[in-house]
Amino acid sequence: MIKVSSSPHFHSKQSTSKIMYLVSIALCPALIWGVYSFGLRALLVVAVSIATSVLAEYLFGLISKENTIADGSALVTGLLVGLNMSSNVPLFIPIIASAFAIIVVKWTFGGLGCNWMNPALGGRVFVFFSFTSAMNHFVLPNSLAAIDRVSSASVDSLTSATSLTFLKTTLSTGDISGMNAISMFQNQNYPVTQFAQSLSEKIGINPYTLDAFFGNMRGCIGEVSALLLLIGGIFLIVTKVITWHIPVSYLVSYALFNWVFGGIPYGTGAFSGLLIDPLFRGGLMLGAFFMATDYVTSPITPKGRLIFGIGCGFFTFLFRSFGSLAEGVSLAIILMNIVTPTIDRFVKPRKFGYIKPDKSKGGK
Amino acid sequence: MPKFLTFKKGGVHPDDMKALSKGSPIQRITMPKEIVISMSQHLGAPAACIKQKGDSVRKGELIGEASSFISANIHSPVSGKIVDIRKVTLANSVSCDALVIEPESDDDDTSFESPIDYTGFSSEELLQKVKESGLVGMGGATFPMNVKLSVPIGKKVDYLVLNGVECEPYLTADYTLMKEKTEEILLGAMIIARIVNPKFIKLGIEANKMDCVALFNEVIERKGYPIEVIPLKMKYPQGDEKQLLKATTGREIPSGKLPLDIGSIVCNVGTVYATYQAITFGKPLFERVVTVSGNCISKPGNFLAPIGTKVCDLIEAAGGFAFEPEKLISGGPMMGFSFWDLDTPITKGTSGILAIRFDEKPARQTNCIHCGKCVAACPIGLEPTRLYNLIKNGKYAAAMATDLMDCKECGCCAFSCPAHLPLVQAFRMGKKLGRVKK
Repeated sequence: MIKVSSSPHFHSKQSTSKIMYLVSIALCPALIWGVYSFGLRALLVVAVSIATSVLAEYLFGLISKENTIADGSALVTGLLVGLNMSSNVPLFIPIIASAFAIIVVKWTFGGLGCNWMNPALGGRVFVFFSFTSAMNHFVLPNSLAAIDRVSSASVDSLTSATSLTFLKTTLSTGDISGMNAISMFQNQNYPVTQFAQSLSEKIGINPYTLDAFFGNMRGCIGEVSALLLLIGGIFLIVTKVITWHIPVSYLVSYALFNWVFGGIPYGTGAFSGLLIDPLFRGGLMLGAFFMATDYVTSPITPKGRLIFGIGCGFFTFLFRSFGSLAEGVSLAIILMNIVTPTIDRFVKPRKFGYIKPDKSKGGK
Repeated sequence: MPKFLTFKKGGVHPDDMKALSKGSPIQRITMPKEIVISMSQHLGAPAACIKQKGDSVRKGELIGEASSFISANIHSPVSGKIVDIRKVTLANSVSCDALVIEPESDDDDTSFESPIDYTGFSSEELLQKVKESGLVGMGGATFPMNVKLSVPIGKKVDYLVLNGVECEPYLTADYTLMKEKTEEILLGAMIIARIVNPKFIKLGIEANKMDCVALFNEVIERKGYPIEVIPLKMKYPQGDEKQLLKATTGREIPSGKLPLDIGSIVCNVGTVYATYQAITFGKPLFERVVTVSGNCISKPGNFLAPIGTKVCDLIEAAGGFAFEPEKLISGGPMMGFSFWDLDTPITKGTSGILAIRFDEKPARQTNCIHCGKCVAACPIGLEPTRLYNLIKNGKYAAAMATDLMDCKECGCCAFSCPAHLPLVQAFRMGKKLGRVKK
């Protein structure tokens, strides 16, 4: 049978589901590291998140009479929700987060492509403010737990906090004149792995940054290893799933803001903040490569994406340095999600044939 | 590795698939039993038929006369008898009157072989000859050549750009022509140069045809023609005159204007060759090279066929179908028209006939995921996703106000859309309905 249709009759091999599966694959290294660091409980949390979100998607598929599980977007949402949980979180929390993400954030606006906020972030922020203490309770990764038991007890009061919360709390209580984050870690005898210690002696980078880079720190399941997230992110850029604009502008602008103004809460004035270290802490890498780049809620033009990334960087800096919460990535990205339609409205690609003809080169 | 020029904005890289028919020389097909020659071979008004049923025609005889300013003459490609005048539907869904000619004998092939001395012709006389010969752009748009080459008083032509890009996948008609008729094409270019008097002559060829670049350079050096061959980086839609001019001259055609408005003229190499034949041998445009290719064709190749040959005759010349095709396409796969009737005749603009079946099932259409790939691919800088939403919601006037008319339906957006949205189809509909609503 011969089909007749409109041109083009060729198609690139891209499809929505392929993109979603590539994103899931890119998240796998971080997931594996999370399970390795925090134990099988972490895997359970992620599995529950994915199951809930896929089930919710299926149920809404029954209502809307279209089966949308195959496009893989529910899988990605569930995976991201799971990776944004602490490994010891009560299991009802990821269930609520996933269900909120799919049902409220995504489907009340019409399903895939219609939501204005990143579903996974929406789910995370919803449970973050609903169950604040449970969401702020983190365990040490296996690599640090052994050391912590033998080393000093000074961090006991903060055993459940991430390094960023640790800094914020120390900042509000302790004597901090002239210090920066690194010296505060040293001063408080923050646990550090043997590996980072010995590597630090070799290459001269402080062990706290190295631990954060390789993923030996407290945090959510998927956010701890900056290195593996970076690998996943570069994989996505190479496979052309995402463009470099958002992650690069986000990370660079955040680092610069932090370098210029980040010393102010410590009382050391401008241009004294840390440039690199904060990039590896909290959910910044996960956010920059996997959350902020969510197609649906980010601008469509390269220029718009740069603005979006710089906005994310600015708000992340603002929330982290001057907000009451230690973490600002989720809120910064959601805030920029709100601005996305406005960016798209005003930032347009340059149209072909709309320049004024150059008189010296002929033409009219 | 030399740095090839190209246009900057947008564009996609489909598999070029040219290997299927690249090695095949131009073969003349055996004379079909029936020629169906429509009166709408070109852009603009259909030609007025000047023959009647039962009339005898000679090869190259005028059978349709240009009926308005933008229109072109049509000549009989064979000697024979007009057995019928009936309505036909062309591959691009245009329906019009067509003469059905039954060829008589195939062996009076000595016509149009003796050269005419044209050295004394003035440019007006040459242009008149172009008009009489029914030349149209053979790249697909079929714009009447004499209109293209009539430079209004006060306008100067800086660039004559010959288009040997052939960026559509599968098609090798221009490639084979450039390979076999290198000298003739250059002579044709010099003839056109005499008509329009350009400052520079450039020939753009994509990097997958470097052998042609070498051939041209060799002849140009030997004969001392003032023509510059420019190898271009492979990128679709470089064969479009807007992108080609941007790549070769750096000039941008303003929205809604013609190449002449920026002092340029673009001619497809097939047209240039036809011009050469028209001027040198007095041979009107009544046959052309057609690529017959696709994964359902037994022996893909390039065929010299009379205009009005039916698709079934061409496919027979290419060894018939190897598999049952899923789609028949007239032209290239990116901008060509799909059709279903094997009795459809080819026209002056038919560069290829493709019979394709798809190994993979097409992915399911999903909602737009706002990925921006269409925006990145659009060579014009439109936002296809926004236009699509406007058209889907019936806001045609708003779509027109968002420069829908600048879309040239190159298909880059729909090619790269991961949600598999029928973007180009929507734009076609939007343009039609938008015009009606105005």
